[in-house]
Amino acid sequence: MSLTLSEVEHIAELARLALTDDEKALFREQLSAILDYAAILQKVDTSAIPPTATVLPLRNVMRDDAVQPSMPVEDVLANAPAAEDDCFRVTAILDVTPS
Amino acid sequence: MLHDLTIHAAADLLRAGEISSVQLTEALIDRITDVDNDVKAYLTLLPELALEQAAESDKTIAAARAAGSLAALPPLTGIPLAIKDVITVEGVRTTCGSKILENYIAPYPATAIGKLVDSGAVFLGKTNTDEFAMGSSTENSAYFPTHNPWDLSRVPGGSSGGSAAAVAAGECLGALGSDTGGSVRQPASYCGVVGLKPTYGRVSRYGLVAFASSLDQIGTLAKDVTDAALLLGAIAGYDPRDSTSVSVPVPDYLAGIRDQGSGVRGQGSGIRGLRVGVPKEYFIPGMQPEVEAAVRAAIRVIADLGAEVREISLPHTDLALPVYYLIAPAEASANLARYDGIRYGLSVPGETLWDGYRRTRGEGFGSEVKRRIMLGAYALSAGYYDAYYLKAQQARTLIKQDFEAALRDVDVIACPTAPTTAFRIGEKTDDPLSMYLGDVFTLSLNLAGMCGISLPCGFDTAGMPIGLQLMAGAFQEETALAAAFAYEQATEWHLRRPKLEARS
Repeated sequence: MSLTLSEVEHIAELARLALTDDEKALFREQLSAILDYAAILQKVDTSAIPPTATVLPLRNVMRDDAVQPSMPVEDVLANAPAAEDDCFRVTAILDVTPS
Repeated sequence: MLHDLTIHAAADLLRAGEISSVQLTEALIDRITDVDNDVKAYLTLLPELALEQAAESDKTIAAARAAGSLAALPPLTGIPLAIKDVITVEGVRTTCGSKILENYIAPYPATAIGKLVDSGAVFLGKTNTDEFAMGSSTENSAYFPTHNPWDLSRVPGGSSGGSAAAVAAGECLGALGSDTGGSVRQPASYCGVVGLKPTYGRVSRYGLVAFASSLDQIGTLAKDVTDAALLLGAIAGYDPRDSTSVSVPVPDYLAGIRDQGSGVRGQGSGIRGLRVGVPKEYFIPGMQPEVEAAVRAAIRVIADLGAEVREISLPHTDLALPVYYLIAPAEASANLARYDGIRYGLSVPGETLWDGYRRTRGEGFGSEVKRRIMLGAYALSAGYYDAYYLKAQQARTLIKQDFEAALRDVDVIACPTAPTTAFRIGEKTDDPLSMYLGDVFTLSLNLAGMCGISLPCGFDTAGMPIGLQLMAGAFQEETALAAAFAYEQATEWHLRRPKLEARS
């Protein structure tokens, strides 16, 4: 199967990746080749086969709801590109300009 | 030369008082100065931390000697190691081979690192890796490629190529790596060292930066099987901080390999009667004939040591590669969503929050990481989830069932680690699919949740090492190590070292 350019752009948007035009063209070709190879899976009848998400038996992991010391705020923020008042600083999420 | 020592030989000399950890650590730092301009195994060197830890270890050893308790010293006391740069060491830069984490200082240590600290280990530095461990050659590092110590024009394998090359080049006595689809075993094979991938759940993943969470596992790179057993013993065990680590007792792996049968090292009597399966699907057209010949010869040695060797079939082997390259990217696309330029890492401002996300990730990630995030996002997206991701998970069940059926009849599965020896730098970078095909013999183990080890079993005519892979069932590391040890003691491949000229 061959991906279209608009499919590549759609995937890049889902993945929040800014791509150059060259990258879009390259990924279109390479991802198409990889998906072609993966088509071998479609030949296998898996209708009665349960999926494996993890090799371990699924179980709940419980612990006591006890207060434990947490990392100091300055350590938490030490790698932050921007911080203010003990918080991570971000660009405005909502546009609050009056219309 | 001190840098040529195995961990167990160095530990004996440290206890006998013939060398100090500071001397040993200085010798390793000198060796790195001499050869790492060519090999380029390290991303970050930690000479001050290492010498501080070494001096501390010397005090511990002196105190134990005075108290007559040398036998109780942890086995890694004073031993200089290298750590793959996807595993956090507190206060030390952890880049994952990516520009997006170029200035990231880890605020806490991985559990495996904490355990190594408790064992008295010394950390020489952080080793190169394909970006976020995605790759098979270490060429996907955002910083520089690492070179194979046996031939500097060739790749060391990957993604733990820095760790494997550092061990092979004598730039550390042992190293930690991580293995999601073969990233410890394949570089071990290419560099002629021993690479052990423990069972999923055997070693805590806390502090291992996530790539594919249902497959990732910390593993070890070492010069011989005894060292692999020592390293695994130091890092294995249940960790409440990793809900996928498993509470299974940690055996004494060293005693396990030393007490084989007669109890005499080197006689290999411990694998008499061991049932070894050779999967016919792992000897394929297109593999390098010298690899097949060396692995078949190794299997004959194992048979001569008394193991019962038989051919087996793993019928869904051809599904492993497409299954892996859908599941691992899908998990990666979710895990790498955290790199948003807000809490840590590169941050490229945009006009809006969304724009900032796109630019940060577009500039911060390299090609292979973007490719896998895209592939994963596609496989998980509306309209394609059932055809790709769910289908891959169902086919994963078939692969797992193949191994479960095989392991009812055999104890160990023997096969090549990789279809070829190390290829040349740049040879496969333009063709991702051909790069992925090099992982064809290692992926299935991760998908099935088993353990495995790669160890040297010969060299091709170009002088490049060949790896024998021995796989065993979940939490059967003792069995894999016993088979590997018996083979190793009957052969001399593990004693060869690459010839590297000092050029500082």
